[in-house]
Amino acid sequence: MPQLLKDGNVIDNSWQLVDADTDALPQGDILVSTSQWHKQQDILAERAGAVGVWIDSHEEIEAFADGIIDLPVIAINFPKFADGRGFSLARLLRERYGYSGEIRAIGEIIRDQLFLMQRCGFNAFAFDTELDLAEASKSLQDFSDAYQVAVDQPEPLFKRRA
Amino acid sequence: MYQYDQYDQKIVDERVEQYRDQTNRYLAGDISEEEFLPLRLQNGLYVQRLAPMLRIAVPYGLMSSHQVRKIADISRQYDKGYVHFTTRQNIQLNWPRLEEVPDILAELASVEMHAIQTSGNCIRNTTTDQFAGVANDEIEDPRPWCEIIRQWSTLHPEFAFLPRKFKIAVCGSEEDRAAFLLHDIGIQLVKNDQGETGFHIYVGGGLGRTPVIASSIKAFLPKEHLLTYLDAILRVYNRYGNRNNKYKARIKILVRAWTPEVFAERVEAEWLHLKDGPATLNGHEIERVKGFFTQPDYKAVDSDVVSADVQALATEHKGFSRWLDRNVKTQKQTGYACVTLSLKPAGVAPGDVTDQQLETIADLADRFSFGEIRTTHNQNIVLADVLQSELFNLWQLAKAAGLATPNIGTINDMICCPGGDYCSLANAKSIPVAEAIQRKFDDLDYVYDLGDLELNISGCMNACGHHHIGHIGILGVDKKGEEWYQIQLGGSADKNAALGKVLGPSLSRDAVVDSIETLLDVYIENRLEQETFLKTYQRIGLEKFKERVYAPAS
Repeated sequence: MPQLLKDGNVIDNSWQLVDADTDALPQGDILVSTSQWHKQQDILAERAGAVGVWIDSHEEIEAFADGIIDLPVIAINFPKFADGRGFSLARLLRERYGYSGEIRAIGEIIRDQLFLMQRCGFNAFAFDTELDLAEASKSLQDFSDAYQVAVDQPEPLFKRRA
Repeated sequence: MYQYDQYDQKIVDERVEQYRDQTNRYLAGDISEEEFLPLRLQNGLYVQRLAPMLRIAVPYGLMSSHQVRKIADISRQYDKGYVHFTTRQNIQLNWPRLEEVPDILAELASVEMHAIQTSGNCIRNTTTDQFAGVANDEIEDPRPWCEIIRQWSTLHPEFAFLPRKFKIAVCGSEEDRAAFLLHDIGIQLVKNDQGETGFHIYVGGGLGRTPVIASSIKAFLPKEHLLTYLDAILRVYNRYGNRNNKYKARIKILVRAWTPEVFAERVEAEWLHLKDGPATLNGHEIERVKGFFTQPDYKAVDSDVVSADVQALATEHKGFSRWLDRNVKTQKQTGYACVTLSLKPAGVAPGDVTDQQLETIADLADRFSFGEIRTTHNQNIVLADVLQSELFNLWQLAKAAGLATPNIGTINDMICCPGGDYCSLANAKSIPVAEAIQRKFDDLDYVYDLGDLELNISGCMNACGHHHIGHIGILGVDKKGEEWYQIQLGGSADKNAALGKVLGPSLSRDAVVDSIETLLDVYIENRLEQETFLKTYQRIGLEKFKERVYAPAS
């Protein structure tokens, strides 16, 4: 089974990603596109495995965020690692919509983004390339503090300076 | 100036170690070229035509003598003994070794400096007026606000992978010396009817391929809301800026596509969610940062006596008199003055200084300007808070070090990018053009008679040499593999910011200098009394200049 990083640990990834244009749903835990989520809500509700959604970086989540916050997993896709839109989407899900489940970064992500992603509310990382996940997880600790307010630190440094 | 505490120091130290690890993994082949690119760029490292180039941040252009000595030392140890001052008030090393960059960063961190976000698609160094804190026309010192923005923008978790680079400038005075309307965000300090400080926010200015003057989106933002409002602008841009075409990716394109009114509404809607949230500034923090930008210990001066003495020396020494005219400005504190050290002597690439000159600049700052040095977006150095009674001594020492060329604000005080000699993006060389112009116009009486004249040169349309806002702008273009130059007229970076208009077809390098002379002839023949080149151009228009430059040889 493929693996991923979640909450700093290497674990098995039981979730299958379903393409936006695939109609047949596989068995087990699945992550479906938001368009499928809307289209097939009844079918999805009746199947045995768990269901989450994956959001592409360009999506306007304001249109549907309220409807997905009870899902156990929301994945955010990075079509390119330099496409930073997903950072804003994760913060919106956590800070504006109060989402408390797993936010998973998927697609073309790189190890050196982990620290910042975690600050924005991502807590799981499924890389699309082979790499030593335990080694990569060290990048979660690149910094011990930061200036800004973010999901991991709701008070800015200027209110915490001793 | 701002001093790091243990928090600031730790963040910078950890950034050095993060980058050291990234470099090691890259050299070991664990990071691909494509992945390493943004990582090194976010630490100011370009890989250029001849060697890597490292851009060091000088936050809002302010340095201590201690820091300048460290730069001199680094340039000797890791480079060829000279550095380049840029139009973003930063410093560039032209010949560092990629393997040694982490060590250079560690050296910088030891004097509270870094190269964080000096390149890449992220929030860059915030710039401001080189006369901040001493300008006669200042509403409020912009530097504390620049420092607050520096901290907010440093390693911002959400905005490290923007569609394109992002530049912010803050203007605290009546006159604009920060070209703030040519930035992605331009912030102008203003006071409301109650006398409270706030900000007038402009967005979408910039040079590059599509030069645009910024649009106003908020006339008065109360000061405590600065960071939440910036977060809102950046979030809207991060989500909706163009990511498919890097030439359409700057915020100016989004603002234009949506219109400034719609853009303002989108920002306002986003801001309503963030307003009064935890990032809202409090008085304690504002006062803490302001406390680092206090006035030095000024002496009481009998200005009549001093002025008479300075005048007497000026009468005796023509060179000193010229230098006073061009390189020295009064400041708001009586008996003190601001001195611009020219980094534009003929024969030197504009903005280049040697390690020895850096040592001299540090010594001069310790002796004459309370140990503080300011870099300017015109690629010169300013020493502020100089006792007028010391001007003559300062002039003699600066002159001996080649730093007192009396050409500030003249045609020879050019802004010039590194161009095809160094930069892999350039279409044409720019430094040899600058040099040819300086050599052509070496008669100081002629240069002074021309008066204030901004001539800016860029080696390509990325416009690092700000050619769009020169009264005369020169742009290097590629014409079937040959280097040609387009001339533009009428640009201006003051508060009536304007973009230059193209004079006509591009010219060969040989023809450029002669054409500049022709333009100046037209100006001299047509000017009214006291009229600058720009004013004459605005009055008589482009055609008169064009006719003469492109007149068939008779």
